[in-house]
Amino acid sequence: MLSLRVNGTAHEVEVPADMPLLWVLRDVIGLTGTKFGCGIAQCGACTVHLDGKPVRACILPVGSVGARQVTTVEVVGQSAAGRKIQEAWIALDVPQCGYCQSGQVMSAAALLARTPQPSDADIASAMSGNICRCGTYMRIRAAIKQASEA
Amino acid sequence: MIANLSRRGLLGGIAAGGLVLGIGLPAARGQQQQRFGADGMPNGWRDDPRLFVAIAEDGIVTITCHRQEMGQGVRTSIPMVIAEELEADWSKVRVTQAPGDEARFGNQDTDGSRSLRHFFTPMRHAGAAARTMLEAAAAKQWGVPAEEVRAANHAVLHEKSGRSLGFGALARAAAEMPVPDRTTLRLKDPASFRLIGKDTVGLLDNHDITTGRAGYGIDARVEGMLHAVVARPPVFGGKVTSFDAAEALAVPGVVKVVAIDAPAIPSEFQPLGGIAVIARNTWAAMQGRDKLKITWDDGPHAVYSSDTYRAQLQEAARKPGKVVRSAGDVDRALAGAAKRVEAEYYIPHLAQTPLEPPAALVRIRDGQCEAWACTQAPQATRTRLAQRLKLPEDKVTVHVTLLGGGFGRKSKPDFVLEAGLCSQAMDGAPVKLTWTREDDLHHGFYHTVSVERLEAGLDADGKPVAWLHRSVAPTIGSIFAPDPKHELPLELGMGMVNLPFPIPNIRMENPEAVAHARIGWFRSVSNIPHAFAIQSFVAELAHAAGRDPKDYLLELIGPPRLYDPTDLGDVWNHGEDPKRYPIDTGRLRRVVEAAAEGIGWGRAMPQGSGLGLAGHYSFVSYVAAAVEVKMGSRGEISFPRVDIAIDCGPQVNPERIRSQMEGAVVMGTGLALSAEVSFKDGRVQQNNFDAYELTRIDSAPREIRVHLLPSRDYSQPLGGVGEPGVPPVAPAIANAVFAATGKRIRQLPIRDQLTT
Ligand code: FES
Ligand code: FES
Repeated sequence: MLSLRVNGTAHEVEVPADMPLLWVLRDVIGLTGTKFGCGIAQCGACTVHLDGKPVRACILPVGSVGARQVTTVEVVGQSAAGRKIQEAWIALDVPQCGYCQSGQVMSAAALLARTPQPSDADIASAMSGNICRCGTYMRIRAAIKQASEA
Repeated sequence: MIANLSRRGLLGGIAAGGLVLGIGLPAARGQQQQRFGADGMPNGWRDDPRLFVAIAEDGIVTITCHRQEMGQGVRTSIPMVIAEELEADWSKVRVTQAPGDEARFGNQDTDGSRSLRHFFTPMRHAGAAARTMLEAAAAKQWGVPAEEVRAANHAVLHEKSGRSLGFGALARAAAEMPVPDRTTLRLKDPASFRLIGKDTVGLLDNHDITTGRAGYGIDARVEGMLHAVVARPPVFGGKVTSFDAAEALAVPGVVKVVAIDAPAIPSEFQPLGGIAVIARNTWAAMQGRDKLKITWDDGPHAVYSSDTYRAQLQEAARKPGKVVRSAGDVDRALAGAAKRVEAEYYIPHLAQTPLEPPAALVRIRDGQCEAWACTQAPQATRTRLAQRLKLPEDKVTVHVTLLGGGFGRKSKPDFVLEAGLCSQAMDGAPVKLTWTREDDLHHGFYHTVSVERLEAGLDADGKPVAWLHRSVAPTIGSIFAPDPKHELPLELGMGMVNLPFPIPNIRMENPEAVAHARIGWFRSVSNIPHAFAIQSFVAELAHAAGRDPKDYLLELIGPPRLYDPTDLGDVWNHGEDPKRYPIDTGRLRRVVEAAAEGIGWGRAMPQGSGLGLAGHYSFVSYVAAAVEVKMGSRGEISFPRVDIAIDCGPQVNPERIRSQMEGAVVMGTGLALSAEVSFKDGRVQQNNFDAYELTRIDSAPREIRVHLLPSRDYSQPLGGVGEPGVPPVAPAIANAVFAATGKRIRQLPIRDQLTT
């Protein structure tokens, strides 16, 4: 049995400690907002926050999470940065298929929380781990800028 | 009456078993009269309002979308068309997704950039018919002539008396009204459109997507669900010789290991076979798969290596092949030309890699099979699932989820059939089957690989008098027929044979090529290699002639005129009527001019920067891209700006047209710079996104400006949007690189060709 705090709720899960957090969230707890895109920390679709820091859940063994708080896209809107990012995403119609956008929102919310006025370079380095196959990058940058002014 | 009783219960409710309009099976080409557009598609189209519109007594309008959403915005745009004609208040519109059922809904294959092109008019009719039924119900209730009432803003008004009734109040009575004949419908004057052609509506699923609530195929969940992954033959056409599952079964959580038969070749959309591992969660299934011990018989395609295959394609391109278009005497004109230019272009295999890999959930209960799948083709999926599971088709339901990207990959239902076979092996227990990214790259339906060879003869003024184009590429036809060697008309018609340049001597040939992998649709399909070669070559000719590439391209396109594509040897024309959709060189000119003007063509560029231009006709739309490149000190490329101009005829949802163009530019950038699938000994060499490199935010163009050429005449036919943006991007990049560096790119991807 492993204890896990996800989105403010305690979960006891019976899984091997080397199982990546991604599959615990998706298959065991049933939170499917966090996506699978590559499994090797290349696409960012699985980004969640661990005590507020963005991490790739697909390579994070659940046993290493410990007492840290896991936050997923389903509740990131409860933070000021997360809410501003989601509002800007909607206002600028950022998504196309939307599949990458959970991870994009999580990376962007973490960026905004630590850098309220990100430069282009800040955005490039915080977001370059998130692939969007549909190519929404221009709007992602614009939405982060808009959120930073909100 | 109970408000909000059942949204399906009223106007839409009588649809079950309702009229089936439209046409039956597709016409077999050549045997019967050729049908075009939506008429030519399997199961045609429907416009019965009862299929698409349901109004509840609380006034909520539920619109059924029968086309699949994969980022192109169709779940927004199709309902917009209906809501416009219905005079519905968009805030009271909900959208529900139709299951795969073409006998009811008409064609549902969401590919070929066809959804609005084929369904704009039927959906206008459906909306207008529902509006007419509401108006008739109100008129009847008030005892006034129907001509005296009109619907506006979710209510029907009688101006003379000042009375009005909301849609909700009229829903029950409207459902009793006869469905008006389509020839009697009064369509709205486009001048009064509130939604169509406006930017008033945001993306329907935006909120759900952004908050992680949107449901994709990979997210489908039902009670008691198991999870599966499959070990497939590493070489296309291979088979399992023997396997040992003992260690796999020892992995905690693994429940069962199941063999899936290798298909007969050609294998169409059937699974490749292999060994499935079914477990309590995806991770356990993947761990179990790693522990399988399988001996494979690789079969005949283990010889496939991209290096040697490329040499074979080149050799074939240097010899005559099957003539697919000919005018004048190319050999004589080449011999007599003042100058001859020749070039060969190579475009590798590509993988669609939608960010959501293929994934589906299937359950079989009481003889009923239900699938939840991210499929572009739900009816094709349903038919094949029924066949493969040996169930009657009416016992199979395919629910369509959102698609996390499709790009042609999810037109093929192989992954849903795999899930079905796993469920069947578990006595019908629900099984969700997931492809990993490695699976997606190793076992795909790849974009073809192509050598395009061009030769031209120029006269003393630098004008081309002869044009010889040989295209050599394994065909999509190879998944349907045994060993075809030539491209299909639909591939040749993608920007090759339908070249609209008035050159007196033209010959186009298609030498033989053998397929060693599954070839499939990739967004824009054969337009990619054809546009890359032709639009690069035009710039090469301009250079040889000492001319400005834009002026040269416009002169080559020539003055505005219309071509019947069949006169150019294109019998396909993206499935559209050549009379209704002629090739209009004036429209091609205008997009080239708009893109060039947008980017400031002709402006002085600093050292190491350059502008490039390309234009292309595809999916009956016209697109041109103008690219600014900036070379870094070590030869790395960046893109300060791209201007892309599209003329797709009348525009339904301009906001989504812009986003599709932005996305096309990024995808075009990726295939120009870094994306390649290559084979060695029959095996794909790229495992994941570390090797199959896609454009990221820091390598994407900094600014993309989309120019929508105005067309307010909604009686004109619509063009495609999802695909035509991609083809001109790579050649515009190559042409810009040439302007910046003097180096001509003839092979994609560029990758490190320019780094020093
Ligand atoms: S799924 Fe974790 S980074 Fe791609
Ligand atoms: S919106 Fe489709 S992958 Fe980003």
